[in-house]
Amino acid sequence: MDTQDQHGRTAAPKSTAPRRPHGRLRIALAGGAAAFTLTAGLATPLNPAPQQAAAKADDGKKVLTVAVAQSVDSLSPFLAQRLLSTSIHRLTYEYLTNYDPKDNKAIPGFATSWKPSADKLTWTYTIRGDSKWSDGKQATAEDAAWTFNKVMSKEGTATANSNFVTNFKKVTAPSPTKLVIELKKPQATMAALDVPIVPKHVWEKVDDISKFNNDKDFPIVGNGPFILTDYKVDQYVRLKANKSFWRGSPKFDELVFKTYKDQDAAVSALRKGEVSFVAGQPALTPAQAASLKGEENIKVNEGPGRRFFALATNPGAKTLDGEKFGDGNPALLDKRVRQALFLSVDRQAIVDKVFQGQAVEGAGYIPPRFADYAWKPSADQELKYDPKRAAKLLDEAGYKKNGDGKRVGKDGKPLDFRILCHATDPNDKAVGKYLKEWWGDLGIGLKVDCLDDVSVPWYAGEYDLAFDGWSVNPDPDFVLGIHTCPALPKKAKESAATDNFICDKKYDELYDKQLAEYDPAKRAGIVKQMESWLYDSGYMNVLAYPNAVEAYRTDQIKSITTMPTAAGNIYGQDGYWSWWSAVPADGKSSSKDGSSTGVIIGIAAAAVVLVGGGVLFALRRRSTAEDRE
Amino acid sequence: MTADSNPALLDTEGPPGPGADGGPATAGLSSARGPRARDTRAYLLYVAGKLGGAVVSLFAVLVTSFFLFRLIPGDPVKQMTGGKRVSAEQLAAMRQEFGLDKSVMAQFFDYTGNVLTGDFGTSYQFHAPVMDKITEALPATLLLTGTAYVLYTLIGIWLGTRTAWRNGGLGDRFNTGLALTLYSVPSFWLGLLLIITFAVGIGPIPGMFPTGGLESGGETGIAYVLDVAHHMVLPVITLVAVGYAQTLLVMRSSLLDEMGSDYLTTARAKGLRDDLVRRRHAVPNAMLPTVTLMFVNLGTVVAGAILVETVFSWPGLGGLFYSALSVPDLPLVQGLFFVFSTAVILMNTLADVIYPLLDPRVGR
Repeated sequence: MDTQDQHGRTAAPKSTAPRRPHGRLRIALAGGAAAFTLTAGLATPLNPAPQQAAAKADDGKKVLTVAVAQSVDSLSPFLAQRLLSTSIHRLTYEYLTNYDPKDNKAIPGFATSWKPSADKLTWTYTIRGDSKWSDGKQATAEDAAWTFNKVMSKEGTATANSNFVTNFKKVTAPSPTKLVIELKKPQATMAALDVPIVPKHVWEKVDDISKFNNDKDFPIVGNGPFILTDYKVDQYVRLKANKSFWRGSPKFDELVFKTYKDQDAAVSALRKGEVSFVAGQPALTPAQAASLKGEENIKVNEGPGRRFFALATNPGAKTLDGEKFGDGNPALLDKRVRQALFLSVDRQAIVDKVFQGQAVEGAGYIPPRFADYAWKPSADQELKYDPKRAAKLLDEAGYKKNGDGKRVGKDGKPLDFRILCHATDPNDKAVGKYLKEWWGDLGIGLKVDCLDDVSVPWYAGEYDLAFDGWSVNPDPDFVLGIHTCPALPKKAKESAATDNFICDKKYDELYDKQLAEYDPAKRAGIVKQMESWLYDSGYMNVLAYPNAVEAYRTDQIKSITTMPTAAGNIYGQDGYWSWWSAVPADGKSSSKDGSSTGVIIGIAAAAVVLVGGGVLFALRRRSTAEDRE
Repeated sequence: MTADSNPALLDTEGPPGPGADGGPATAGLSSARGPRARDTRAYLLYVAGKLGGAVVSLFAVLVTSFFLFRLIPGDPVKQMTGGKRVSAEQLAAMRQEFGLDKSVMAQFFDYTGNVLTGDFGTSYQFHAPVMDKITEALPATLLLTGTAYVLYTLIGIWLGTRTAWRNGGLGDRFNTGLALTLYSVPSFWLGLLLIITFAVGIGPIPGMFPTGGLESGGETGIAYVLDVAHHMVLPVITLVAVGYAQTLLVMRSSLLDEMGSDYLTTARAKGLRDDLVRRRHAVPNAMLPTVTLMFVNLGTVVAGAILVETVFSWPGLGGLFYSALSVPDLPLVQGLFFVFSTAVILMNTLADVIYPLLDPRVGR
């Protein structure tokens, strides 16, 4: 920049070469940028029709593309926690058992049969002989024993499936077709061990299992209906059909889970035909579902969901040792007050107005799709919407209305509650408005605290009520266990397995009894008694069971199994039924957003020539202009 | 850079210095240890000061990132177990594994020590080293935001120059208005509109572009490059549309400031064409504030664009930062925050270091 020489003289002006190099550079840069944009722009086939996907990609493969919103947290079955990752493991590894898509009952998987010993402490599984790993080796009981022992070991304490093995004493494989699991105490959930069995000969070579994500060497050796062939972080997971799967090969050649972080963009992709299926996260919104319902070649699938949406009350937070903490309203320790709140909530109105019909009115703790365990109160027991009865109960409990229409206790304090709401969930906020109105009519004040993360006040017991919800598995043990005394925290305010500090001797006795009951019908009876107790207690008011709402293209997928088969969901099933059973539509091409490469290259080359010519012309014109100066 | 008071030299190599009335500060001194040596020493001192400031800022970022993200509510261990049934012993073991059972100060000293050796820890949710996750997503972000940056800078400078030169005209009013309108539009909304219009297709407009992602998958070589370019069009257009206004306005106002200057009158008086007066004389001097803005914007390129990356499902750092915050995945959040801040600090420092070379009045 400084044109002085070392003696401080200014350099003489150049009399020739009037064109400045950086001027040329600037034009070249601009030309380059323009060329890029044009190239990209022109690398675009004008394709007015939606890309009819499926059934054939360019190479004749039948590809099913599923739009998903989640990221894969890990492809290691020992580390994965998220629904997408565990769904992929369902497709790539076998589990000891599976669930019948018709009624959720346990059916053979990697094991063909299983039975407990007379003392209920030893389970023996017969392992199938017709399952091979994708590298050709035979899958045996030894693989299952090695997998369970690895989960039981303390290597990498963040293992995903440690909850299944806490009651295991010893796991052995006396023969290639026999697996024996010894227990510390009886456990009825032994046909519901959702643990992917991995190939020992591959995994025993892993140095540190707590840091191994199983996402480098493809294809990944497995024995499920699909084989994982490719994965790009936050872009896609690609699987191909396992032609030698013991239950039969899937009908689609490839299954791709494609990441769409924005649900509206995913819906657009379905509309266009870039994807075959959109999984609601957790469901398509009523507006999205309504907009897709009128579309040609698109089917909106609404099935009973596996979640419940509930109001939980704080029964008085305490630790395992009984140390009380938190600041829950003591009025809620009175069952009559809890039941009055129950009676003053119009659940059907919530289903109609908030969920816009995309839910079923709540009753028992376990959603009706799990028919064996679902429970409903009898007519006498039911706490249906009845504000008059609610007012009477409050009067009986000593909370009478004063001159201002406010309920006041014997201590003269008004009855005011706080409810914890998830700021990220619009349903919480909407229901909160209704509660304010209904409880306000009763003379009860309500403050709706919407937080991005409710866990801090929740674990600290600093709330009166909270919006609550869980996904329920075919085996209800987990959602029942979160209300037992052993789930309470060791220390005050520390996170623990408890859902909301419920601890009751009778409930715990029933819980232990159902876990030790190996007769399915008897066990279901005990579970229903627990649900009845929960309902009467007023601790958990299940408002609704939101439906699973998802959509797929009928010109790409001819048929697909829902779970339950009569009416159920497709994404996130307890099993691999949907993707394994999906039949491609006839004579169409498969979901593909790519375009004809030859056409792109041709147009792009033309664009580069065009822009390059333009830049050259500009340079020439400029140089002649400068010569004229 | 020199500015000779002799008008005859005005259209020679390089633009005149700002305020062309003054000669170089060093003119007339000619001893070997004279002006250049002194200038160099002063410049080096200036640079050292700026670098020192950058180091202090980086340390402040390190401290801030650690304590700031400790304020995010939530229990990472509970989040990580994803609502699964975990015993108190398992939760305790996990806290110990991640060092969350130690005091905050002990965690801070561990963290600082590790960062100095380039170790940002292991992501809670991805079970992988933080730096691996960052380097995995960085190329996608640089490709998207880097391309957008080049385009919106060039468009902003070019349009800013033209609007200022024809100040008050219809073109000026239209371009400035359009730029400000696009600047005010939420980027995710514009992105969705573009998806609906040009990816899905609407009315007579065919769906020409992919609805999201970086690639279709399975392509190689030139086909892969074109496939990625194809996927980039809409997100790049979105970023350029909302981004070029800033450069346009800065360029426009600084050129307007220059337009009344004597040296331009002199240049015109010499009979130079208007186009040359603008390109050779006015624009180089008006570029100075724009150069600063360019460096500031360059620093933010690394941070990606959370909203646009989300709408277009672009696998970059913006999306990674969002998913890290939602856990909260503390090591990943801290690592990303440190990388973003470092990029901004480095670019600002670079701007400070280069600026005196462009404008001799600075740093003296």
